[in-house]
Amino acid sequence: MSTSTITSVETGLPIRVTPVDEVSLEARASSLATRSIKTTSKRAALNLSIRCIDLTTLEGADTPEKVASLCQKAKRPDPANVDVPQVAAVCVYPEMVEHAVEATKGSGVKVASVAGAFPSGLSTLDARTADIADAVRRGADEIDIVLNRSAFLAGDEKRAFEEIVASKEACGEVHLKVILEVGELGSYDKIRQASMLAMAAGADFIKTSTGKISQASSLPRMLCMAEAVRDFTYHTNIPVGIKAAGGIRTAKQAWHYLVVIAETLGTDWLNPERFRIGASSLLNDVLLQLKHLDSGYYSGPDYVTVD
Amino acid sequence: MTGNIPITKTYKLFIDGAFPRSESGRTFSVVNPQGELIANASQASRKDLREAVRAARSAQNTWASRTAYNRGQILYRVAEMIESRKAEFLDLLKSGGVNSRTATREVEESIQRWVWYAGWSDKYSQIIGSVNPVSGPYFNFTVPEPTGVVGIIPPSEPSMLGLVSRLVPAIVSGNTAVVISEGHSSLTAITIAEVLATSDVPSGVVNILTGDQTDLLPWIIGHLDVNAVDISGINQDVDLTILEEASSNVKRLVSRKVDEESLELISDFLEMKTVWHPIGR
Repeated sequence: MSTSTITSVETGLPIRVTPVDEVSLEARASSLATRSIKTTSKRAALNLSIRCIDLTTLEGADTPEKVASLCQKAKRPDPANVDVPQVAAVCVYPEMVEHAVEATKGSGVKVASVAGAFPSGLSTLDARTADIADAVRRGADEIDIVLNRSAFLAGDEKRAFEEIVASKEACGEVHLKVILEVGELGSYDKIRQASMLAMAAGADFIKTSTGKISQASSLPRMLCMAEAVRDFTYHTNIPVGIKAAGGIRTAKQAWHYLVVIAETLGTDWLNPERFRIGASSLLNDVLLQLKHLDSGYYSGPDYVTVD
Repeated sequence: MTGNIPITKTYKLFIDGAFPRSESGRTFSVVNPQGELIANASQASRKDLREAVRAARSAQNTWASRTAYNRGQILYRVAEMIESRKAEFLDLLKSGGVNSRTATREVEESIQRWVWYAGWSDKYSQIIGSVNPVSGPYFNFTVPEPTGVVGIIPPSEPSMLGLVSRLVPAIVSGNTAVVISEGHSSLTAITIAEVLATSDVPSGVVNILTGDQTDLLPWIIGHLDVNAVDISGINQDVDLTILEEASSNVKRLVSRKVDEESLELISDFLEMKTVWHPIGR
């Protein structure tokens, strides 16, 4: 792929989108995954992982009660231990936003809503922006939308770009996360290009995956996006956040992502304002690791809630 | 090409159907009674134990939900596989100092015992379970269920019969197992793992670690996700206060003699569930 340029909405300046060296990207990602975290730093890493979690339930079978219990868990992940921090946000469908807002009121846990014909993004733009505006009206603090992969892959980057701009407008002051669905993009070059496009169009966060396809987040893809964020921030001075989602189930995987972020973007990104992990089962695994640190015994799934 | 260079086997661990080395990288030497080196085996660490328990836990539900008949068939198959590798087991036992006649008897008895327990798979619940008379319009019955993940510390002598006698009654009912073998008996244990890997036993149902039983004992006793531990192989000069830990997480401890072969050994690792069901239309 040759170098292309893209123009940032906020600065009006063109940014070069350079091609990705696939081999060294994957080599670097796998070398970062071998980095071990020593016992003394483990607790900090585990607590940080929890603080960055967007506790997610995106199923057709979601009910207000299920969302309420998810919110309880978000506010107090380990009922037996007050030292365990709360998660960053809960992530739900627009229909569930009001219930989540009610259940998290006053706790500091944010409510994120997917919107805009999640997970395909293939309804009309008007319907999508109305969906976003509706979720905002219901009280969502953050909106997760999907990139229009159909337009992007068909070569109509302009349309994909303008749709994000329109979505951003519909959001108003509310934080916008743009899901690239990296598993559908086909190459690292496309991931980098899509990342730049989303950031230039005004995304506050770029996010790997909807979690609805099997080819979701992976460490090299995350690294590819983190490098795009680094380069975009270098050119524009706008710090864009990054969110990993899909297939992150163990504390160890979460550490790998933390390492990739710290090594690529620096420690300024190691906080929930700039880094999130979208997950549901990850939280239990992190809690089990914390229990192990506290008690010295290996714990098991019988000792955490069934979600 | 003149003369063959013997290719000696590397004995590794058996976790989740695969044969990894210990994550610690440690090994130990296995020697014969004359003190000569026979093989190097992997010395499992507590992290290997953790992985083995994780594998056993994730395999447990599916193993238990197989039909009893199917579990029995799979275990018969294992016995057939051991039968076809008899010579290898004989050589192994002899290398540990067992004489030829005793070794033959041990291998044959191990196979017989394996088949004997396999046969119980679709029969024990009728014998152990019950229909109970109650004063009310209810059917009341008690059915056995597997306890879950069982840690097994088998006796090192006799190595093959010791392992078979403790392992099969645990897994026949749908439990999954993490075995910790020590010394020369590790070779027999890993060879049984090779049999399991090439039979139809699903990955994770049996996991075999080799190394130092005393070293790993506190970790398996303290592990909250292990439901029962068979300590038949622990010799009495171990600090037995370690075993008190088992009470803090309500873990069942079992100890049996090698020559025991009975239905009770299956019920060692069962929980009894009583169900009340209203009578009526």
